[in-house]
Amino acid sequence: MGLRTYVIRRLLLSIPVLFGAVLLIFAVVQFLPIGLRATLFIQDPRQVRFIDQIIAEHGLDQPVYVQFYYWLRAVLVEQNLGLDRNAEPVFNAMMARLPATVEIVMFASPLIVLVGLYLGVLSGANKDKLVDHGSRILAIMGTSLPSFWFGIVLLSIFYAGLGWFPPSRWGQEVNKFITAPNTTWTWYTRLITIDSLINGEYWIFVDGIRHLVLPVTILTLLNSAVIVRVTRSSMLESLGKDYITAAKAKGLSKREVVNRHARRNALIPAITISGLMIASLFTGVTITETVFNMGGIGQYAAESARVLDIPPVIGYTLLSAVAFVLSNLVVDILYAYVDPRIRLG
Amino acid sequence: MSIRARFQRFRTEMQPRMKELRFTLKLVRKSPLSMIGSGVILFFVILGALAPVLAPPGDMSQAGDPFMMPKDGIKLIPQPPSPKHPFGTMEGQYDIYYGCIWGTLTAFRIGLSVIGGSLIIGLVIGILAGYYGGWIDELLMRFTDIILAFPGLILAMALVVVLVPLGIERLDAVMLAMVLVGWPGYSRLIRGEILRVKNEDYVEAAKSVGCSDLRIISRHVLPNSVYSVLIVSTLDIGTMVLFAAALSFLGLGAKPGYSDWGQIISLSRNWIYGSPQNPYQYWYTFIIPGLFISFFVLGWNLLGDALRDIFDPTLRRK
Repeated sequence: MGLRTYVIRRLLLSIPVLFGAVLLIFAVVQFLPIGLRATLFIQDPRQVRFIDQIIAEHGLDQPVYVQFYYWLRAVLVEQNLGLDRNAEPVFNAMMARLPATVEIVMFASPLIVLVGLYLGVLSGANKDKLVDHGSRILAIMGTSLPSFWFGIVLLSIFYAGLGWFPPSRWGQEVNKFITAPNTTWTWYTRLITIDSLINGEYWIFVDGIRHLVLPVTILTLLNSAVIVRVTRSSMLESLGKDYITAAKAKGLSKREVVNRHARRNALIPAITISGLMIASLFTGVTITETVFNMGGIGQYAAESARVLDIPPVIGYTLLSAVAFVLSNLVVDILYAYVDPRIRLG
Repeated sequence: MSIRARFQRFRTEMQPRMKELRFTLKLVRKSPLSMIGSGVILFFVILGALAPVLAPPGDMSQAGDPFMMPKDGIKLIPQPPSPKHPFGTMEGQYDIYYGCIWGTLTAFRIGLSVIGGSLIIGLVIGILAGYYGGWIDELLMRFTDIILAFPGLILAMALVVVLVPLGIERLDAVMLAMVLVGWPGYSRLIRGEILRVKNEDYVEAAKSVGCSDLRIISRHVLPNSVYSVLIVSTLDIGTMVLFAAALSFLGLGAKPGYSDWGQIISLSRNWIYGSPQNPYQYWYTFIIPGLFISFFVLGWNLLGDALRDIFDPTLRRK
């Protein structure tokens, strides 16, 4: 199979999964009473008085498949995901909060991957040495510590105690500056760290970084654990292969054996898992965002869930399933590109 | 057959299994991490069993439900540890010590029910898909793919939000949502195991003498495939408790005042910055319950990690 055939096949295969996911969300929503379901279509608070009209208009009293059609059309064509408790359309609200999430992921993902790969290779090459035990303990901690609790402890020490790294996305002075009526601030990418550089306001950049330190640290500590584990075991496997014995027999130094022979082959599975990690990070930041009040898209969904405000939760679930399937697709294709055995097999 | 003969036969049949069990226990004893893990788990089991002794219920404010934390007054501000409240009180004067002790039982209850529920669904789906194959397999596995297409926490959140308005009690809604999200992973594992042994000679032999499908599955396929999967899966209790605590932290947990570690931490969020004079003034509201969750999960993860290696057939007898 050529790469192109593989990509096309993989694309086609993900369509039913995507469709199934959308259908599943629809099925879940079907459990709600009809009045609650109608609110999913509301776009304007004044419409609340015309609930019966909405029920008729969107066919909520019709057979299930007709309803599914109406709902799918509303979601796909009009991007109508309903209204949240503040009378803001859910789709707009999510898009407005997306940059905050993107910014965290942008800083956290390279760190997670680098730390994970580095520690994984190191502990695989030095099995049962001090480094190995250290990174294994880190990995077990990463999977055992509750991220929200860890976040709270860090906030208590580094914000309440030392005053170094504040929560939320930016400080009050930055807020005053960018919302002032005569401000010179212009948004370009909606990412505070990048726009501050474009605007030439370096103090805002520093402020943005200070607000990012704690969430990024937590994400790195907790998520790199998985990569460490996979890299370590594939490193061990690779070190047991015949070509390593051959390389050693040639008289290569341990350093060269590890760097040039073992590591290269060990990195393939590690890179896949890294890709999947980044893909899952977009939704994995939900709790971290909430703890540090970063104003991201996950926090929006979580806060809506707390008060049982259904439209944002359903909208976010839908969005995250689509993002999840698509990013898995990208990872698979990249993997096939890197490793010919996948597409040929 | 007399009872005695039956017992003898049972003993002979169990002989190889007992031998494997002894071997497993020997491996467990040799691994320090799994011993630490077992120790921590044992500690929590004892803590849970002694809960009525360590923190006797019966306070007026509990209204007869031992899982509700007793309330001492209606003041909002948490009070530091004192002889009357060894771990202090949290927002609304709930006793943290009581909540942490009885929270152990809540944790076991959540973990065991969620794992049990997920394993039952996973077993049924996995057996059907693996043993019968064909279109049944295709259909069931595509369905699991769809559920796995969602990030677990998000789907669980959505399910809870839909289940609660339907009038299901909050903690039950959380556990049900976690089961509905958790089973696909197990059904995949179990299906894989069944595919591995399905075409072995002894299964063919059983078929040729006319055994029913039920008998083949329960007497020949399952004992040779999924027992180790089942044992190792039980150790996911820690992960499940962590999952539930995260939901609880997001405000989707048990009802207010219920002994639940995640909820205690969630209610401490307003107090993490302390006061201007002492930033660590309310440390006891989140440090103590956090340690309970962390050690509980750590215990299960340590044992689970070691057992996964022990039950891995490629590593078992190295």
